[in-house]
Amino acid sequence: MGSSSLNMPLLRTPLFEAHQRIGGKLIEFGGWEMPVQYSSIVDEHLCVRRSSGIFDICHMGEVFVDGPASASFLNATLGNDIRKLAIGQGHYTHLCNERGGTVDDLYAYRLAQESYLLIINASRIEPDVAWLRARLSAFPTAADVHLDDASARTGAVAIQGPRVVEFIDQVFPGASTAGTAAVRVTDLRKNELGAWDFGGERVWVARTGYSGEDGFEVVAPGPVMQSLWTQCLAVGHVGCLQPCGLGARDTLRTEVCYPLYGHELDENTSPIEAGLGVFIAFDKGDFVGREALLRQKTEGVRRKCIAFRMTGKSAPPRPGYPIHGGGRPLGTVVSGTQSPSLNVGIGLGYVPPEFAAPGTTVEIEIRGRLYPAEVVRKPIFRKG
Amino acid sequence: MSSNVPTDLRFSKSHEWVRVNGDIATIGITDHAQHELTDVVFVELPNVGRKVKSGEACAVVESVKTASDIYSPVSGDVVGVNKAAVDNPALVNTAPFGEGWFFQVKLSNAAEVEGLLTPEAYRAQIGA
Repeated sequence: MGSSSLNMPLLRTPLFEAHQRIGGKLIEFGGWEMPVQYSSIVDEHLCVRRSSGIFDICHMGEVFVDGPASASFLNATLGNDIRKLAIGQGHYTHLCNERGGTVDDLYAYRLAQESYLLIINASRIEPDVAWLRARLSAFPTAADVHLDDASARTGAVAIQGPRVVEFIDQVFPGASTAGTAAVRVTDLRKNELGAWDFGGERVWVARTGYSGEDGFEVVAPGPVMQSLWTQCLAVGHVGCLQPCGLGARDTLRTEVCYPLYGHELDENTSPIEAGLGVFIAFDKGDFVGREALLRQKTEGVRRKCIAFRMTGKSAPPRPGYPIHGGGRPLGTVVSGTQSPSLNVGIGLGYVPPEFAAPGTTVEIEIRGRLYPAEVVRKPIFRKG
Repeated sequence: MSSNVPTDLRFSKSHEWVRVNGDIATIGITDHAQHELTDVVFVELPNVGRKVKSGEACAVVESVKTASDIYSPVSGDVVGVNKAAVDNPALVNTAPFGEGWFFQVKLSNAAEVEGLLTPEAYRAQIGA
């Protein structure tokens, strides 16, 4: 059996020893040594769909943007309209280059009147921060914006699944102290965040996630991450909480068609091509990439991100496999796996627009042979 | 991690096992290998009649996570394949040394078997 090995120095999260202790299988991801699974990807995936799972996402980056001009700076830099955010609200957005390509996709939260938190991808921390600093140096009121890359001293966990609401209030008792005013964590609505005290530190709890299930993401200082993880698992047993690895995180997000940077999005792929145009606010004034993105929106794109499922027995589709249709190569699979919920091969990939309509038959090339697949509406998996 | 290593088999460094009966070798992947893979969802086997050389990639096993080549530890003609594992790939997880076998080879050079790892040597390799 072929296998790969780790051979370069990797970064470790504050939870590394915790993963080792409970038998997490570690892999390289975006320069980090992260657990891909503890029991099995399928077990962990189904656990999140049916009850609850906790993920180490300390590798992700956190950038605080403060100051009187923070909103106008972010609105000139990000695709979505930051002015839509009330204090304690967040949304999905993009950092685009002048060509409309994607520097990163991220979540932006408004923590206070003039204070924002950006949650960015682990593999993109350096390019994002360099990009933000370069834009800021060219920004007219740069002195009124303070940019703080807190990634190295800040951790995060995602707690996802329909039964998280059964125990999350016990992890963070009482009312919020900043952000959204909430009597308890479970009073937060989707995309709202609030601050709670944990271990003498302020932690931010947001009702969001990357699994397609109800759940929360918690951003906290690195030193409290271990006790936060332990406390979640201690009280989470009432909701059958299990530690889950990046393997399940990937299959969960693929089923609901959430993009993963480096797969659906990169510096040469725009949010419009990826089918994420709804997160671009063209009516808010100028921002980086607006002209290129508007041209794509009005004139159309040459390729679109489709979701597909295999229609016959085949090996699971994988990133990089060619997509064929009408007797010719059309494009490439960017995400693919065996869906644990549907028990069928599923994936996302890029094809010309004329092949992007749901119901279209395409073929996936797997080790030199073609296997039929059907373009389907996103998300691929919906809870019945 | 505790992995089962049967004493009546020979092993390859790449985690295949070989059971020899006369001049027929049955080949599969070890308990350690299936444990590393977990969630086997697809098995692709060589055609009966194919000539394989030792060390040649001739089958594929896929878990949710990854696709892995299976190398024949011995040379010869493929004389049998396990359709049950193709129909129900989970057999590779539940019975790696039994119903989850992969394919059978009619040995062209029986001496190759002696060059494979003994159970003790394989146990040492995986730290079991």
